[in-house]
Amino acid sequence: MVKIAGIEMKNPVMAASGTFGNEYSKLIDINKLGAVISKSVTLKPKAGNPPPRICETPAGMLNSIGLQNEGLDAFIKTTIPMFSLFEVPLIVNVAGETIEEYVHICKQLSKHSTVKGLELNISCPNVKKGCITFGIDPKATEKLVKAVRKSTKLPLIVKLTPNVTDITQIAKAAVKGGADVLSLINTVLGMAIDIKTKKPKLANITGGLSGPAIKPIAIRMVYQTAQAVKVPIIGVGGITTVEDAVEFFYAGASAIQVGTGSFIDAQAIIKIIEGLKRYQI
Amino acid sequence: MIQEDALVLDQKQISDKYFKLTLKSQFISNNSKPGQFVNVKVSPSITPLLRRPISIHKINKENNSFDLLYEIVGAGTEILSKRKVGEKISVLGPLGNGFTIKNTPALLVAGGMGVAPLYFLAEEMKKASIDAVILIGGKRSDSINCEEDFKKLGFNVFVTTEDGSKGEKGLIINLLRNHLNRQAIYACGPKAMLKEISKMAAHKKIGCQVSMESYMACGIGSCKGCAVKTKSGYQMACKDGPVFNAEEIIW
Ligand SMILES: Cc1cc2nc3c(=O)[nH]c(=O)nc-3n(C[C@H](O)[C@H](O)[C@H](O)COP(=O)(O)OP(=O)(O)OC[C@H]3O[C@@H](n4cnc5c(N)ncnc54)[C@H](O)[C@@H]3O)c2cc1C
Ligand SMILES: Cc1cc2nc3c(=O)[nH]c(=O)nc-3n(C[C@H](O)[C@H](O)[C@H](O)COP(=O)(O)O)c2cc1C
Ligand code: FES
Repeated sequence: MVKIAGIEMKNPVMAASGTFGNEYSKLIDINKLGAVISKSVTLKPKAGNPPPRICETPAGMLNSIGLQNEGLDAFIKTTIPMFSLFEVPLIVNVAGETIEEYVHICKQLSKHSTVKGLELNISCPNVKKGCITFGIDPKATEKLVKAVRKSTKLPLIVKLTPNVTDITQIAKAAVKGGADVLSLINTVLGMAIDIKTKKPKLANITGGLSGPAIKPIAIRMVYQTAQAVKVPIIGVGGITTVEDAVEFFYAGASAIQVGTGSFIDAQAIIKIIEGLKRYQI
Repeated sequence: MIQEDALVLDQKQISDKYFKLTLKSQFISNNSKPGQFVNVKVSPSITPLLRRPISIHKINKENNSFDLLYEIVGAGTEILSKRKVGEKISVLGPLGNGFTIKNTPALLVAGGMGVAPLYFLAEEMKKASIDAVILIGGKRSDSINCEEDFKKLGFNVFVTTEDGSKGEKGLIINLLRNHLNRQAIYACGPKAMLKEISKMAAHKKIGCQVSMESYMACGIGSCKGCAVKTKSGYQMACKDGPVFNAEEIIW
C-alpha cells in the first residue's frame, strides 16, 4: 500500500486521464491498479473536435480530441456508479472554462464517496476556452487552485502543462494555491502536415503530443519541479515499460501515470506494476 | 475481446502490394463476426507506435486461425508484410460491431481493400442460404482481389476497374446502378465511394450498411480518437462502428 495525496493505493501506478475507460476492464484486472483517473469532466457535455483527431508521429502520437465527454450530470449518473463496482480508487479529472465552473464541478463531485480525489486539468491544449489558459499563468493558476481548494476536502491534484517557459513557476503557484500533489506532464503542443495534401493532419490543425517521444521532456520537468516544490509529484509522459517508470522515480516522482502506453499494450500498466516489485523505490 | 501474441501460421504475397496473413487464435477464430477487426501491433518496436486496424477476412475453424488481407500503404503495413511464419504478432480483437446480416437478397460492394471484411460476410451469407451479388471495384486489375473466392462460394461477381484493365471500365458506382433490385447493401471501401452508394441507396430506399475507416489509437472506445460524424453526434468507429447504417452518417 502507498498513500498519494492521502489516497490509499495498492501501488503508485495510475491510468492517465483520457486514455483509459472501463473498456479496459475486459482486458486487464483494473483492481490491480493504484488508481484510475477519469477522462476530463466538464460542466456541459462536450462533442469534441472534428476528425481526424489523431495521427501518428515518430515514437508518439498527436491528439486533438477536444475533451469529448458526457458532462457532469451524466458522469454522476452513469460513470460514478459504474466505477463504484470496482475496488480501484477513482480520481476524477476536471476541466472548466471559468473558475466558477471548476468550483461547481468539484463541489458536486465531492458529494460522491466513490470519488477519492480530484485532478484539475489546467493543461489541455485542444480547447479554445479555459483549461490551459489557467495553466500557463502562475497568477491564474494560484487563484483557480485556491478557489477550488476552498470548495472541497478531497485530495487535490493539479495537472500541469509542459507548454510553458518555466514549469517551476506554475508548480509553485499551484502549491501556494493549495494543491496536495502535482501531476505532470500533459501533452506537448505539436503539429504534423501531410506532404501529399499539404494540409495539417489534424482537423484542429494543432494537437497534443504524447507517447515515448515526450518522455525526456517529462523527466526533465519532473526533475526541475521536484527541486522547486515540497509536495509529491506524479510523473506522466511516455511511460511504456517498467524502466521508464523507474526513471521517473529517480527524477523525483512519487507515483506515475500510464497514458498512450495502454493503447500500445493494454497489459503495459500491469507489467509495470509487477516489474516495480523488483525495484526498491 | 482479447489481447494476445498470435502465432504466424502463414504469410502469402498475393500480388505486388497485397498480402494474406494467417494468425492462430482460438479466441478470435471462435468469437468473431463479419465486419469486426483486430488492432495489430505490427512490430514490438516503438516505431511505428500505434496498432493498425485490419479487418478479419476469413476464419479457419479447422485450425483455430484467422486470415487478414491487407495492402501495403505505408510503414506499418510494410513491416507487417515482413513478419514470418513462426513469429508472434500482438493482436487485440475482435473489435467493433460488425455487419447485421439481413435475411434478404444482398448486394456486397467492395472498393479496393474493402473486399477484406466482405469475404467473411459472404461466407456467413452462404451458410445462412442468403443470396448475394458481389461488386468489386479498383484502380487497376492488380487492385482487384478475391474475385475467384467469391465465385467459389457460388455467388455472382462483377468487376470494374478505372483503367479498364479488368472487368468493365469505370467506377463501381456505375456498376451499382444495374443492381438496385437487391434489398440490402453492405459496403466497404473509400469514403467517397461509400458516400455515393449511400446516396443511391437512400434514393431507392434500400437498407445500406457501410464500414467506415478512421485513424485509431486504442481500438476499444477509450481514447475518443476515431470519431465519425453521425446524426446522433460523434460516434467511435472502433466501438460503435466500424459498420454504420448509411443514413446515420453525416458525410
Ligand atoms: C476498421 C478498419 C478496418 C481496416 N481493414 C483493413 C484491411 O482489412 N486491410 C487493409 O489493408 N487495410 C485495412 N484498414 C486500413 C489500415 O488500417 C491502414 O491501411 C493502415 O493502418 C495503414 O498503416 P501504415 O502504417 O501502413 O500506413 P500509414 O503510413 O499510417 O499511412 C499510409 C496511408 O494510408 C492512410 N491511412 C493510414 N491509416 C488509415 C486508416 N486507419 N484509415 C484510413 N486511411 C488510413 C494514410 O492517410 C496514408 O495516406 C482498415 C482500417 C480500419 C479503420
Ligand atoms: C487521446 C488522449 C486523450 C487525453 N485526454 C486527456 C484529458 O481528457 N484530460 C487530461 O488531463 N489529459 C488528457 N490526456 C493527456 C494524458 O493524460 C497524459 O498526460 C499525456 O498523454 C502524456 O502521457 P503519455 O505519454 O503516457 O500518454 C490525453 C492524452 C491522450 C493521448
Ligand atoms: S480508437 Fe480509441 S476510441 Fe476508437
